[in-house]
This record gives sequence, C-alpha cells and structure tokens, in this order.
Amino acid sequence: MAAVQWKNPVIKWIDYRLPIFTMVHHDLVDYPTPRNLNYWWNFGSLAGITLVIMVLTGIFLAMYYTPHVDYAFESVERIMRDVNYGWLIRYLHMNGGSMFFLAVYIHVFRGLYFGSYKAPRELLWIIGVFILLAMMATAFMGYVLPWGQMSFWAATVITNLFSAVPLVGEAIVRWLWGGFTVDNPTLNRFYALHFLLPFVILGLVGLHMWALHVHKSNNPLGIDIKSPSDTIPFHPYYTAKDMYGLGIFMTVYLFFVFFAPNFFGEPDNYIKANSLVTPAHIVPEWYLLPYYAILRAITFDIWFIPAKLIGVIAMFASILILVLLPWLDRSPVRSARFRPLYKQFFWLFFVDCLILGWVGANPPDAMLMGKISLLVIGQLATLYYFAFFLVIVPLLGIFERPKPLPESISAAVLKPGAAE
Amino acid sequence: MRALKFAALAAAAALVGIGLASAAEAPPPPQKNWSFDGLFGTFDRAAVRRGHLVYKEVCAACHGVKLLAFRDLQRVGYSEGEVKAIAAQVEVQDGPNDQGEMFKRPGRPADRFPSPFANEQAARAANNGASPPDLSLMTKARKGGADYLHALLTGYGEPPKGMKAMEGLQYNKYFPGQQIAMPSPLNEGQVTFPDGTKATAEQMSLDVTTFLAFAAEPELEDRKRLGVKVLLFVIVLTGMLFAVKREIWSALH
Repeated sequence: MAAVQWKNPVIKWIDYRLPIFTMVHHDLVDYPTPRNLNYWWNFGSLAGITLVIMVLTGIFLAMYYTPHVDYAFESVERIMRDVNYGWLIRYLHMNGGSMFFLAVYIHVFRGLYFGSYKAPRELLWIIGVFILLAMMATAFMGYVLPWGQMSFWAATVITNLFSAVPLVGEAIVRWLWGGFTVDNPTLNRFYALHFLLPFVILGLVGLHMWALHVHKSNNPLGIDIKSPSDTIPFHPYYTAKDMYGLGIFMTVYLFFVFFAPNFFGEPDNYIKANSLVTPAHIVPEWYLLPYYAILRAITFDIWFIPAKLIGVIAMFASILILVLLPWLDRSPVRSARFRPLYKQFFWLFFVDCLILGWVGANPPDAMLMGKISLLVIGQLATLYYFAFFLVIVPLLGIFERPKPLPESISAAVLKPGAAE
Repeated sequence: MRALKFAALAAAAALVGIGLASAAEAPPPPQKNWSFDGLFGTFDRAAVRRGHLVYKEVCAACHGVKLLAFRDLQRVGYSEGEVKAIAAQVEVQDGPNDQGEMFKRPGRPADRFPSPFANEQAARAANNGASPPDLSLMTKARKGGADYLHALLTGYGEPPKGMKAMEGLQYNKYFPGQQIAMPSPLNEGQVTFPDGTKATAEQMSLDVTTFLAFAAEPELEDRKRLGVKVLLFVIVLTGMLFAVKREIWSALH
C-alpha cells in the first residue's frame, strides 16, 4: 500500500512530523476488510461506541454525584429531578450498561461461533476476555454508587465472596471494605475505581484494535485473506454498514431510555440502602446472572475444600477458561459453518448460558412446575458449561470431520464470472 | 441448521415466559389503565389534583414525599400563584439567622414537602414500632409499580379461613406476607373533592396513586414527549442509512 500523498499544506506539515492522518487513512479508510462480513461483525464497533457513550455520560454524572453514604441516594435523585436533562444522562448511562453487555456478549458468541479466537488471533481474544472482566468489575461498582438497597446488598454479597479465600479471606474482605462492613470508605473507593476502570478498558480496547489490525478481521468462512480480491476497503463499505447497524442499535437503546428506563433494573434500588433490612431476593443485574447461578450451583464440599470456595473458583473460572480456549480447541477449521458437530454443541452452549441466567434470576430454592429443583437445573447447566470447554471442544478437535473449505473468500462469495 | 437456531431462540423465549409460582407470594396486582402509561402518556391533571388532596388529608399524617418540591407541581398544571399559596401553608425550619438561632418561616416553592416525623425513631414511636416509608419513589420502588400501589390500598379484607392477622397487623392480600401494619387508609367520603367527583375508596386510591406516580417521576412527561421525537428521528435516520448502505454495496453484489 503506497503512502498517501496529502495535498493540504497544514495536513502535510503535521503528517510529516506526526503521521496521524496516514494512520487514520491506513486503519479506517484503506484498511482491507474481508468482503463477506455479516451483520454479526457489527457488534465490535457497537460495543466501542457504547463505551464512548458510557464515558461521556459518566463524566457528566460525576459532576453532580456525591459519593457519601448520607447523600449518594439523594444526589442521584437530584440528578433525576433538578439537574437539566439529568434524567436523560442518567438513564442513558444506566441502560447504556445493559446495552454495552448486550453488544459485547453478541460479539463474544460471534467469536465462539466463527472461531475468531484461533491462531493467529489468540492474544486478540485474550485481551477481549480481560476487557470483559474489567467491564464486569466496572459495572458492579457502578451499580453500588446509587446506594439503593440492591447496591448495598450486592456490594455485601460480592465482597463477601473473598472471605472464601483460605486463611486470609476475612482480612482481604476488611481490606476491600476499608472497615468492618460495607460503609462510606467502600462507597468512596468504588467511586474512584468506577471512574478509573473505564480508562483501563479504553487502553485494553486500544490493544485489542492493535492486535486486530495486524491479522485483520476473521470472517464467516473462517479462512485467511489470500489475495486483494478477498477484501474491500473499510471505507466506504464497512463505515456505511456499521452506521446502519448503529441506527438499529440506537433505536433499541433509546426506546429503553425514553419509554422503559427501569426495565433492566430492580425496584429495590429505589429504596435507600439500609444495613438492617435485607431484601427478599438479592439478585445482580441481568448480565451477571449466569455467573451468579454457577456460584450458587456448588453446594457440596470436595474433600476439605468448602463449597463456598469452590463456588467462587467456579465463577471466576467460568470466564478465565475462555483464555485457554484457543488451545483447548485443536480443530484447524475456524468457522462453525464447516463444523457440523461443533455447530450443534455451540447452540446448546448458547441455550445453556440462557438457562444459567434464568436460574440466577430466581431464588435457589424455587421449583420448576413444582417438581424440578432449580438448583439441580443450575448444577446440570454448570456441568455442561464446563464440559463444553474441557471435554466437548477438545474431543471435537480430534473426532469431528469438517466439511471442505472453500478455496478463497472471493471464490466462495463472488458469483462465477462476476467482475473483479 | 435453521431449525436448530430456531429451537434455540424458542427455548430462550420460553425461559423468559416461565413463571415460578411460590405459595408465599402475593397475587399479581390487577392491571389498570393509567393516564401516564404508554408512549404518549401524561398525568391526568384532575387526578393529580384530587390525589394531592388525598395525600394531604390522609397519607401526609404518617408518610412524607420528601423528594418532591412544591415548584414541581407546576409541571402538572398548577399555576405559579397556586404553588406559592400551597407552599406558604407549611412551616419550614430555616436558619441560623444573624443571632445564630433557627427560626420558622412559611414555605417557598423551592422547599420540599415536609415529612410528618423528625426522624425514623419518632416515626416508629408514633406508629407501634413500624416506620411509615417515604412515598417519593413508591411507584418505582415496588414490583408492579402503580398497579401494585392501587391494589395494596384497596386490598384489605377479611383473612381467609384459618389465618389470623397478628396483633396490630391487618390482612392485605397484595402485601408480601399478607400482613401489613398500616390500617386500611381510604374510606368512602373521607375527603370532599372540589370538582364534585365522588370520593369512593377506589377513586381516592386511583387518584393518590396518580399523584404518587408523578411524585416518583416528575420528568415522565418531558421524557416521553422528547422520546417520541427522538425515536422518530432515529428511525428515519436508520432508514436513510440503510438506503446509503445498499447504494454503496450495490457495486459489489
């Protein structure tokens, strides 16, 4: 790719010293992109845009929010009632969290389906897993800030998980709290970290993009780019496609903001935090429910290891196992389109995650149709979750017979005899 | 494969639909048609005024709406003069003055509705140990929202056979646990509506629920009005972006 010749003298002067225009041209305009990306590939940029919306709305909220146990709840209500368009900024931020996770989860499942985690994109994938972890920490701490009942009790439940660590558990929990219970120091540090972590995420996103642009996007066929005819320039083709996808995404997002702003929330969080009254059901936000189900599925000790500790390990392992996925999956074929068995187990896995989320949303002692314990369903779903990664995927790499791969992207996509 | 995908989505939809019945839980509140429901919902002005009266004459004896300011009433059709007059009816503690003393003055539009008790302990002491909650966010802070509130206010009755409400508690089928410390608050004819509406318990409950829904979401009308415009805009924009995308990609296909 030849270097761009800039005509405007100012741009030319700057670009000679800091080639920022060349970089943008290289990575956003000329950037060669597989010509066959489908709409599932929209969700990466959608997640990125949502992150920017979250940072911007968050900064304006921070100008009015008071991180003190006596004022936090009231300061949020002040934003809702007295700050000009404060309700809009807060509802954008609140629902933006859910939309961010929605976009990212679709992005992750797309990566799982089309094998985007395989060589040479392992690091790209692993950075993505860390982005997901950082998002969860950020979302959890942000949920604590309004200092409602769910804020307080979620903070209590989640920080107490660390008490499962042998020997030093209790000390760690007191250190996290900055005291002997969830209190003002906890709220203050969560606020500081909730402000900091999005910038860590932005940094990780930068690395994610860097790694992406080395080997370029995967594609629905999962085969490498072999010749220039396999690709099209990012602009105008994918800028146009991404903008159209953004329009649909914003329509859904803004519908919730204006007409169902508390759809994803819990009514209990409009009751101010009270350490003396425990809510009937403590539930996390929807995007953390599957992990909550995995945590609660472990109700049995193994040898000398208490159930609580195993539950906590299982919960963290359920995400960290994604880091190992590029090496657990030995199949040389990326896309599930050519992996008839993997495709079926993938969709089972997808449904399994939904089941885990549903189990996590309900009280652990609930019964399905009065007969089947939700606990057992949660345990079976947890079993499948881990079996998928540790047993099914490795075995498929050995025993599955993939369908023949097309010769190239252009050969598969372009009609025979088409110009190019 | 399409069938498998379809099955996955169907399973997802089914999961959302499955409700888990539990004996201890209250029945779902009946759904009412609220003026503030729907894309174009607004607060019924007359209902807010009647509900305000019910709140003032009945609820305010025990419950505050401390997040609501008198000036907020202008958002639902009260004139500036009316708001000033309503605010002036209450006494507000202010100060300290030049002598360092706290003093009482008539309320101003920027003041919030005063709460009946100085603190939670005073509220408990006056109410048999139970603290009447502040009502500012009630329709947002309960599952079922306005429907639940109305169902609760009109949900008193005789307990079913074999159940006896505990000393000082009343049976109310919509309250979690079915026993509530608040005695049935609304009785026919308890207030006299200036607009001539008959003050049945049902009517008073509907009206005060509308007032409290306004207290919980004073921004609701602004939000929905702006939302309709914004959604129309993004839908048209999305249509145009789709046309642009098709035009640009037509060279490739």
